[in-house]
Amino acid sequence: MAYISLDEALPGMRGLLSYRPVIAPPLMSLMQVLMRSNEGLSMGEREVIATYVSSLNDCYNCHSVHGEVAQCFYESQPDLISQIKADFRFAEISDKFKALLDIAGSVQKGGKYVTEAQVSKAKEEGATDLEIHDTVLIAALFCFYNRYIDGLGIVSKDTPESLKQRGKMMAEQGYGH
Amino acid sequence: MAHIKVDEQLPGIRGLMDFRPLTAKPLNALADALLRTDEGLSKGERELIATFVSSLNDCFFCQNIHGAVAGYYHPEDEDLVDKVKRDYKNAPVTEKMKALLSIAANVQKGGKFVYEQQVEDARALGATDIEIHDTVLIAAAFCMFNRYVDGLGTFAPDNPGMYRERARKIVEETGYGGSSPK
Repeated sequence: MAYISLDEALPGMRGLLSYRPVIAPPLMSLMQVLMRSNEGLSMGEREVIATYVSSLNDCYNCHSVHGEVAQCFYESQPDLISQIKADFRFAEISDKFKALLDIAGSVQKGGKYVTEAQVSKAKEEGATDLEIHDTVLIAALFCFYNRYIDGLGIVSKDTPESLKQRGKMMAEQGYGH
Repeated sequence: MAHIKVDEQLPGIRGLMDFRPLTAKPLNALADALLRTDEGLSKGERELIATFVSSLNDCFFCQNIHGAVAGYYHPEDEDLVDKVKRDYKNAPVTEKMKALLSIAANVQKGGKFVYEQQVEDARALGATDIEIHDTVLIAAAFCMFNRYVDGLGTFAPDNPGMYRERARKIVEETGYGGSSPK
């Protein structure tokens, strides 16, 4: 049971947005512009960053469903998301993306943990300012969502099947609904 | 110098919003929805929570701009913001507000640090579900804003007058959504 009285039929964030509709438009619009773009980072990479940070924050609601969304973008690498959650350094991703995930990991601890050296490394591997910006903002955004969901005691009622289904729907339709 | 190439004339989040207008728009709309309403928590209380969490996250820009806005709403005590930052348990705020600030402090550590008894205590002191919800939401959102501002290495001036003037403008004229980064 959540700490406040929510519609228990709605999963995760959906219950909160229906409880407080006034905050739904900016949150959905932020998700849409930040996560549903292939400018610089691909949608798949954005979802991987979200999943990785949510997993560092131990937020099951978020890392389970965004892990499914992310996996939809990497059909030829069925184990990619579990590899990233276990240790992204050994995952089959580019060195540039590893450098960006390293930055996201520092953002999870706190903004000041991001070092000049980490940013230089990412730039050497070819990351643009826009990609670095979006990496930091996505990582920060999920430090927000993870706290919002866990801070109100929301418990996941998903099954492996419902997670797959919701992940697929989000991967296909985005967050504008 | 920030980690990415932003207009160095624009401090804190303003340089980032100028760099990426696409995300600036929903971020400002979010700040308006979180902070510029008196439903349940007052605007002053909302800004105090934002300032308090930003201070726990050691984010200089956010705690100073939101501290200045919070100060604007509490003209009767110009040290209130400092007192809350230093030791909210002994600050001149209501017991209900202290209970909500203690929830906000745990949100800053991580969502799972908030525990049921803490929420019950706030409720026993008169906090409604909406107030508890908004406290968690504001505290969580500032864990984003603070990381965004510091994670990209933006600079923050230490001139209190700049923050006071900007705060006055936000409150009296533009809100967050209508403020220009320039």
